Amino acid sequence: MPENLFKINSKEYILPGSRACQGCGLSLFYRYALKALRENTIVTLPACCLCVLQGLYPSTPVMVPALNNSFASTAASASGLVAGLRALNKADTTVVAIAGDGATFDMGIQALSGAAERGTDFIYVCYDNEGYMNTGTQRSSATPMGALTTTTPILTKQQPKKDFLKIMEAHNIAYIATASPSYPLDLYDKFVKAKKIRGTRYIHIHVPCPPGWVYPPKDTVKMGRLAVETGLFPLFEIENGKFRFTGRSKTQAERGNRLPVINYLEKQGRFRKMDAEQLSQFQSMVDAKWDEYLRKTEG
Amino acid sequence: MSKVQIMTGNSAAAAAVMLCDVQVVAAYPITPQSQLAEMMSQYIESGELKAEYVRVEGEHTALTVCISASTVGARVFTATSANGLLYMHEQLHWAAGARLPIVMCCVNRGVGAPWTIFNDQQDSLAQRDTGWIQLYCRNNQEIHDTILQAYRIAESVYVPVMVCYDGFVLSHTMMPVDIPEQEGVREYLPPYKPHTILTPDDPRCLNPVLFPNRRADSEGVLRDGYMEMRYKLEAALEKALGAITEASDTFAKRFGRDHGGLVWGYRTEDAELHLVAMGSLASEATLAADALRARGIRAGVTGIRAFRPFPKAAVRKALQGAKAAVVFEKSISYGNEGALCTEIKGALFGTGIEPAVYNYIAGLGGRDVKARELEAAAGESWDDLSAGRREKNTTWLNCVTE
Ligand SMILES: Cc1ncc(C[n+]2csc(CCOP(=O)(O)OP(=O)(O)O)c2C)c(N)n1
Ligand code: SF4
Repeated sequence: MPENLFKINSKEYILPGSRACQGCGLSLFYRYALKALRENTIVTLPACCLCVLQGLYPSTPVMVPALNNSFASTAASASGLVAGLRALNKADTTVVAIAGDGATFDMGIQALSGAAERGTDFIYVCYDNEGYMNTGTQRSSATPMGALTTTTPILTKQQPKKDFLKIMEAHNIAYIATASPSYPLDLYDKFVKAKKIRGTRYIHIHVPCPPGWVYPPKDTVKMGRLAVETGLFPLFEIENGKFRFTGRSKTQAERGNRLPVINYLEKQGRFRKMDAEQLSQFQSMVDAKWDEYLRKTEG
Repeated sequence: MSKVQIMTGNSAAAAAVMLCDVQVVAAYPITPQSQLAEMMSQYIESGELKAEYVRVEGEHTALTVCISASTVGARVFTATSANGLLYMHEQLHWAAGARLPIVMCCVNRGVGAPWTIFNDQQDSLAQRDTGWIQLYCRNNQEIHDTILQAYRIAESVYVPVMVCYDGFVLSHTMMPVDIPEQEGVREYLPPYKPHTILTPDDPRCLNPVLFPNRRADSEGVLRDGYMEMRYKLEAALEKALGAITEASDTFAKRFGRDHGGLVWGYRTEDAELHLVAMGSLASEATLAADALRARGIRAGVTGIRAFRPFPKAAVRKALQGAKAAVVFEKSISYGNEGALCTEIKGALFGTGIEPAVYNYIAGLGGRDVKARELEAAAGESWDDLSAGRREKNTTWLNCVTE
């Protein structure tokens, strides 16, 4: 039985005072994910904003064991943890690899694909803030088309975001889910579920980032919600190949009340260069993807 | 009872890894290492070795798997060659920086471009500044025994060890190898005791961002800055000089075989001319020394077994009475000279032990090096010395340079 609002783990695994920016969506996701994963968990992570959140030696605000690794090696590191724990008869420990979109979509894709193909027993989490934020908001292959970044500073990113979920689907792994820190209960439930499943599980978190997306820190939850409500980042699960919308996206799919993407785009400074034509092109891309998901639900 | 088997260098290595109670193996195939990766999977799949084998998608991952598995407390093994080793470069630094006692075989092979599958030592020499201990083997028995020693060394100083041996020349050549009994090896090599284990029982954040200067922890105790940590790695490599000697001496006492700890000598007692080399090339040099002696030149061989840490004191002692040191090596530090030659000169500089040092680059990309070629080159150096030519450019042995 999934845990719910009344049974959510009240224990905190992140002490007050991390080094993430004010209003960071990543800290919100991490807090709920760790509550769901609980004590018997080991986290491995590459260089990224999470590495900064973890703190500077010799102190950390995080109460679960964490291993920092090099940028390309998150899933490989998880493979080593899983193998080592198995060899030591400690296979009941949950191994969780958490990496940004850069360390997942770009550099880490090889190691992740390898681990998924081997069916490695771990949860891989990509927290997607749509850019290399730790190094100062450069473009990644997860950056949406039309966004200004420090390496697309004038013309904006020209290519659409890589469809990474499709890549992960092609690996036929045990469990795939999307989640947003703006919907913490949906996120919490998915981590509780993922912890129980064996094999490779992939969870994709959409993480609003005030400095990178250029909006006021107080609006993080709103920004995450708008991404879901416009259908830009639908919440869903794929379990044993079966797709289903969850939470807010489920009711929206039923009621057909998606907001236009402009509501989301106009609130972020990074999209300020987009003209009317690009906006309508962006809306068409979101519509097409949403329809694809709707068809999966029916099928 | 130990048993003698006729085996290749790769088989000798696999047999040693078996005896070391390794718990996790991750490797990616590359010639001439491939057989070793295959044999390890054979042992593990058949149940002869109770360990996890992770069939990784590349060398960067192979070493990462070893790094993480070692961090949770498992004894680990990997092996590679040439471009595979270069592909691991980032993780080589990571393994040493995290102070993990990983043992890896580097089956030495020339590096592309252009491709070659044959032997030289450019691959491992190019990794000399990654913080790993590097040991070079001269025959298959030594490969086997050095792996047993390597775990003992690595786990006493918490520094990873690279056991290097020449591709094809040793990896694919059969020789008799004496395999000791499991029980004796277990006494020589007790189970791995990690200095830090990553575990939910005692949550820690390992390898986080570090400041340059020392900082206080929550109890007000000053902890290392980045530089202190680097210094401790360097100090551990200095300490490894003793650990390598200890591992070798204890091994000799227990198993009756002595390959020399840091350096070894052949007919060096009264030698005026030393041929200096590493690996199988040094074995070949012993024949050249014999031939030079037959010509009336008092020649011997100083074989370098430990390249990192570099055994300066042992080298000085070995070359004390030498008039000439002719350094043969299967690698080059481009734009300078052979790396071993530089190290030898550095060890001797200002000590008053000052043989003329001549440098030969030999056998790159698997070009055959014969004892008589070494003999001729050493003889030529001896003539140079007699003619008062103490300084000479590095010579490319057997290579058309015009
Ligand atoms: C091999 C390598 N190249 C580059 C870097 C520099 N680097 C550190 S973090 C980072 C970007 C991280 O982006 P992402 O994975 O999206 O995480 P975020 O910082 O956005 O949380 C880069 C490029 C590195 N650490 N290692
Ligand atoms: S840059 Fe963005 S993702 Fe990184 S810590 Fe700051 S708010 Fe969070």
